[in-house]
Amino acid sequence: MTDATTEMAPYAFVRKETLEQQAAPLSVAGPLAWVRNNLFSGPLNTLLTLLCVYIVATSLPELIRFYFIDAVWTGANRDACLADKVGRPVGACWAYVADRLQYFIYGSYPISERWRVNIVFAMFALGVVWMLWTQAPKKKLGFFYFFVLMPISAYVLLLGGAGAERLVRNGMVLSLALAAIYVVLSFVPQLVGFYLGSANLAVVQEASPLKRFSGPKQLILFALVVFGALGVLASSIGLPRVDTGLWGGMTVTFLIAAVGIVFSLPFGILLALGRRSKLPIIQLISVIFIEFVRGVPLITVLFMANTMLPLFVPQEYSPDRLLRPLIGVAMFAAAYMAEVIRGGLQAMPKGQYEGAMSLGLGYWSMMRLIILPQALRIVIPGIVNTFIGLFKDTTLVTIVGIFDFLRTIEATLVDPTWATPTTRATGYAFAAVFYFLCCWGMSRYSISVEKRLAAGQKR
Amino acid sequence: MSTTSTEPVRPGRASLLYDPRIRGYIYQLALLAIVGFLIYSAASNAIENLRAQKIASGFGFWHNASGFDVNQKLIPYDASTGTYGRAFYVGLLNTLLVAAIGIVLSTFLGFFVGVARLSSNWVVAKIAMVYVEIIRNLPLLLQLFFWYNAVLKPLPNPRQSIQLPAGALLNNRGLYIPDPHLGPGGSLIIWAFLIGIAATLVFRHWARKQQAATGKQYPIGLVALGLVVLLPLAVYFATGRPVSFVYPELAGFNLRGGIQIFPEFVALLLGLTTYTAGFIAEVVRAGILAVSKGQTEAANALGLRAGPTLKLVVIPQAMRVIIPPLTSNYLNLTKNSSLAVAIGYPDLVQVFTGTVLNQTGQAVEVVAITMAVYLTISLVTSLFMNIYNRRMALVER
Amino acid sequence: MKKFMGAALIAAAGVIGVSAAQAQGGGLLAQVKSKGVLTCGVGPGLAGFGMPDAQGNWSGLDVDLCRAIAAAIFNDPAKVKFIPLSSKDRFTALQSGEVDLLSRNTTWTMSRDTSLGLNFAGVNYYDGQGFMVRKKLGVDSAMKLEGASVCTQQGTTTELNLADFFRTNKMKYEVVAFASNDETVKAYESGRCDAFTTDASGLYAERLKLSTPTDHIVLPEIISKEPLGPVVRHGDDLWLDVVKWTHNAMLNAEELGITKANVDEMLKSENPEIKRLVGTEGKFGEAIGLTNDWAYRIVKHIGNYGESFERNVGMGSLLKIARGQNALWTKGGLQYAPPIR
Repeated sequence: MTDATTEMAPYAFVRKETLEQQAAPLSVAGPLAWVRNNLFSGPLNTLLTLLCVYIVATSLPELIRFYFIDAVWTGANRDACLADKVGRPVGACWAYVADRLQYFIYGSYPISERWRVNIVFAMFALGVVWMLWTQAPKKKLGFFYFFVLMPISAYVLLLGGAGAERLVRNGMVLSLALAAIYVVLSFVPQLVGFYLGSANLAVVQEASPLKRFSGPKQLILFALVVFGALGVLASSIGLPRVDTGLWGGMTVTFLIAAVGIVFSLPFGILLALGRRSKLPIIQLISVIFIEFVRGVPLITVLFMANTMLPLFVPQEYSPDRLLRPLIGVAMFAAAYMAEVIRGGLQAMPKGQYEGAMSLGLGYWSMMRLIILPQALRIVIPGIVNTFIGLFKDTTLVTIVGIFDFLRTIEATLVDPTWATPTTRATGYAFAAVFYFLCCWGMSRYSISVEKRLAAGQKR
Repeated sequence: MSTTSTEPVRPGRASLLYDPRIRGYIYQLALLAIVGFLIYSAASNAIENLRAQKIASGFGFWHNASGFDVNQKLIPYDASTGTYGRAFYVGLLNTLLVAAIGIVLSTFLGFFVGVARLSSNWVVAKIAMVYVEIIRNLPLLLQLFFWYNAVLKPLPNPRQSIQLPAGALLNNRGLYIPDPHLGPGGSLIIWAFLIGIAATLVFRHWARKQQAATGKQYPIGLVALGLVVLLPLAVYFATGRPVSFVYPELAGFNLRGGIQIFPEFVALLLGLTTYTAGFIAEVVRAGILAVSKGQTEAANALGLRAGPTLKLVVIPQAMRVIIPPLTSNYLNLTKNSSLAVAIGYPDLVQVFTGTVLNQTGQAVEVVAITMAVYLTISLVTSLFMNIYNRRMALVER
Repeated sequence: MKKFMGAALIAAAGVIGVSAAQAQGGGLLAQVKSKGVLTCGVGPGLAGFGMPDAQGNWSGLDVDLCRAIAAAIFNDPAKVKFIPLSSKDRFTALQSGEVDLLSRNTTWTMSRDTSLGLNFAGVNYYDGQGFMVRKKLGVDSAMKLEGASVCTQQGTTTELNLADFFRTNKMKYEVVAFASNDETVKAYESGRCDAFTTDASGLYAERLKLSTPTDHIVLPEIISKEPLGPVVRHGDDLWLDVVKWTHNAMLNAEELGITKANVDEMLKSENPEIKRLVGTEGKFGEAIGLTNDWAYRIVKHIGNYGESFERNVGMGSLLKIARGQNALWTKGGLQYAPPIR
């Protein structure tokens, strides 16, 4: 036996090159297989699929027909949307929304003053983008703008009148005074040496006078610009007082939401810190407040604000009708915000606290510089979700007689000018689109932040 | 470190102001003083204002005649004999009724949608997702308006009622179902039903024990069906069908006879159920996703099919994650039922904080009582759910 | 104590501002004079009684009374700030001092007059509760409403009268109560209820808001007395007098035939009653802290009661309500003003 014979044995066929890769069989991959696996994998699944397809196939075309194909887009009054007047089946009456859009946005705010509302909307949009866009520059300035300058400007612009002008003047004087102080300090930082400590003072003195204290100086400059602009507006065009009874529509909806967020965040942080505090009385008071507010419906808080608040203060300080629900909403949102932030505080590893303490930081410095920046970052999704809830809850002020966006829609539904069989469906659809876009947009944002945070956590 | 000295090194004491303990006391005292001051001044202002405005105070109104009617009442109440206190109970029971039914229904719907979202069936998962997104992103009040005004109001008037099976009628005054009246021996049926439930519970307990001891499984579902449904049915026929129904019929403007389920109640229930189910679905989904994939794979390796895997392996573990947020959703549903005031369902807020407050003018007392009720419901529910949660959590070893 | 709460609230009030009567010496009249504007609580939109138009200008019978008071005090009927109030909020708003005066078709009842700390200054509209039904129901009397569903607004005397009416007539009914008037009307219109009940004046006003007003009729029965009138806080008699006599002056003007058009001529009248009213004789205005031509100012700017009635709710308006009980006593009605002398 030699190997040679076997080696030489002739083979019938030897493949010299590898096979071309072939597509998987149709039953395993490809759209058909996907359909089989995902839609018709068993009798129950098949039934469910068919049922769902049936539901969609019957309702969707109907909806599209009602809201788009048969819809009426233009017209001056209800005659445009009455089937027997138009001579064809009529779907949604968008002409009604178009006709009342101004009312939905501004309520009864005087037409000649509505530019003020627009400026506030623009300022609010700027603030929101600044806060939410994670790569936005000068975040600290943004915080200052969102929590201090914007609320003051909105107050001045929306309400107007002598009080507002006084506020602008005082703001101007205060910022000028602060500016003067900081100009002096820039050249003679030794004046506050006792506060900074010698080490810090040395660092400050390293920089040129222009660059010293650049943070506060930026804030003051910004405040001066804003107050200056307001002052110019007030003195040139004039800002006559517009009573809160005239405010309405989306303006009020956004106002309540904005007040909710601007007040609930700081108070929520304080309450959360209070609840986590080791001081028993502070903890107790925080817990009682949080649990009390979270244990009752918002509507009772609003009732309380509306009927009891005026009793709790001397008659001459009775709060404005719009201010009352705002206080209620702010309290309510603060309690919920506190719980979200507490979650963030609890999620901080103990090492962060210990690290901060070992650096010799006191409680407030530790919170401000180490804990809160991290804790707030990880609860941004929670904060946004709370805010979505708050935004939806703004509709409840309707019940205590405030003309928010939903109420303006309801109010136009009893107006005979546009009384048609489809007006109600149109109005509700418009409201639904508005609220959905706002809430859904926020929830998308929250999810994207969540994803980015999760990516950062991955190792 | 000095080894020679035995005395401990005393840290130089700085000013008392820097002692964290002293500081703590100062902070707390200051806060206490501020809060106390606020409460005191609010109270004294309130008393002064009430006196100045000549508003009566105290709870004396509780026993005063109310003089107004309520349409849906679970306890006897009418304007001629009713008191404000009685009206309070009417409202409270209506709140509890809608909350209880809403909680049950939204749990079923929520679990169903939550599981559907994770379904391998693409169409089902997408529809569930669309449902959840739409429901969660619209204000509840708008949804209630939608259910009440757009769905229920277009129903026909009583004269053109829609005929439903079993003699029920539907129109814009609500749903009328036949009212069962028990004849002689009729109470036996109820007893049979109760005994059936009790026997089922006993049997289940026994079957579980047997299964734990021997591994043998008993058909609990079938036995339960027999005991709870067939037993009362058997009694029903044995006693000669003693139940008669009063059917609703048109009389004057409205239907008379039968049990009337008001459209306000239906709208509120629909709104609350679908809304809360959207949130429960997300809770359920998160809970199921929190169970690691290995558990499902292990169950599959043991040869369990998809159904039992979900029922015996995934859900029991997911429950631990699900229960705390589920509780808060139940509480939210209860609190949200106060939106009834917008569509005229006579719940606690509508009857008490609405009508009674306006008739008596005693805002402080009425609002305080209402808040206390909701607070109590919240605290009691949290308590029970915490107990249940602890029992579930104990399974961990 | 008060100071402190005040300070705490001022901080909050910085957001919106505080609409409050500043606490100054003197009564409410002095305060109103120093504020330069009268704050008047009115209905949130009831055609004929108090309703803003698209530009936000208020008009109506109740609104005219506010304007008349402003005219008497400031000689300028525009110096009124109108605060729309729901039926739930109206008394708290008045009690808390948010408004100086409530002129919002409010029924004068003993309990409101005595236990809420309020004073009614008169009756500017005699009303009664009625029912509105669809014509096609074929009902022509409230006594035939046995078994009906009735929509009403909660927290009003209406709700109580309704219960009384059906109870005394031993009829069954189903009440559906809503928080706001708009909701109630909407529910009625959509068919949730067979009947809608409120003050008859309100029924006529609300009927205008329905898409086809002619499909609905107001039943003839009036089931309650509803004297509607302006309300002030208890304890400021001078202010009560101002409100009361403004109303009386309008009535007396009508009785004496003084109208917006002829009031200037009437200044030259020799009739002592007219002279006392327009202020050319006596010092009646000064007695209530106003100028002596106070009534002249009212009629000059607003007109007499009859003119206001016709313009807002009467035949000159969309409501077309007959004078009926609201005619002067000399014409068989109930409106009767004490003389100025």
